[in-house]
Amino acid sequence: MTENLQRFDDIQVGDQIASLELPPISRHTLALYCGASGDHNPIHVDSDFAKSAGMPDVFAHGMLSMAWLGRLLTNWIPQEAIRSFGVRFVSITQIHDQITCKAEVTEKFTVGNENRVRLALSTCDQQGQIKLSGDAVIALQ
Amino acid sequence: MIDRKFIGHKMPTFSVAVEKGQLCFFAKATGQADPVYTDESAAKAAGHKGLPVPPTFFFCLESASPDKDAFRDLLGLDYRKLLHGEQSFTYHEMAYAGDVLSFEQSVEDIYDKKNGLLEFVVRKTTVTNQLGTHIADLHSVTVSRNG
Repeated sequence: MTENLQRFDDIQVGDQIASLELPPISRHTLALYCGASGDHNPIHVDSDFAKSAGMPDVFAHGMLSMAWLGRLLTNWIPQEAIRSFGVRFVSITQIHDQITCKAEVTEKFTVGNENRVRLALSTCDQQGQIKLSGDAVIALQ
Repeated sequence: MIDRKFIGHKMPTFSVAVEKGQLCFFAKATGQADPVYTDESAAKAAGHKGLPVPPTFFFCLESASPDKDAFRDLLGLDYRKLLHGEQSFTYHEMAYAGDVLSFEQSVEDIYDKKNGLLEFVVRKTTVTNQLGTHIADLHSVTVSRNG
């Protein structure tokens, strides 16, 4: 398996993981995610439909942002170290939003003989408004 | 109101094959540039038996159910009122392109807030592979706005 470069003993509560900054969300990005994810809800890709549903325009799939948080995690540790990963969809991520994914260590603990850390996760837009909020538990050596 | 009798209800299990092309398309759509997720030789060099299913892709595979509306129809939900409130994953083993994954969905809970204006359905999905190995569990909270 991939070497896990992160060491439990070197990590402190309050440490930040390198954030992930995304380019502004384009219609093309949403069309690609619509096809690749199998989520064909027109509200994310068809602005006529979105307006008829009372929305100002199409908006991003919540699970696209969660996939970006997944990238943030696997940029930091190999995927097989992820024990759990969950989010709440706090507010709508709009088209053209520029999203930043962040993670901070909130807890260090041991289950059986496995060392684990809990990360607080969030995505926010260019104004700092929180879109997704959640956490992940990661096993470390 | 959603009938609470459905708490504990199990849906028929279904299977979905994980395809390499799907995983490459998902990597492109999510901006994943790490070759472990698109290049088999890079995946193998990292100790994997093939292209890994990335952390959130289990949700996409779950939505490839042959009867996509089964859950909504069972509970009588109006899709125009639905929001995806929460999503979480618990991981047990990795899954790879070429695996055939089985999804066993059940209604874990139904509850309401604000005197029924908001109703919440918690779905639990257990994922196993073709060898019977427990791969992951998914929890999904769907919110129905009744206002």
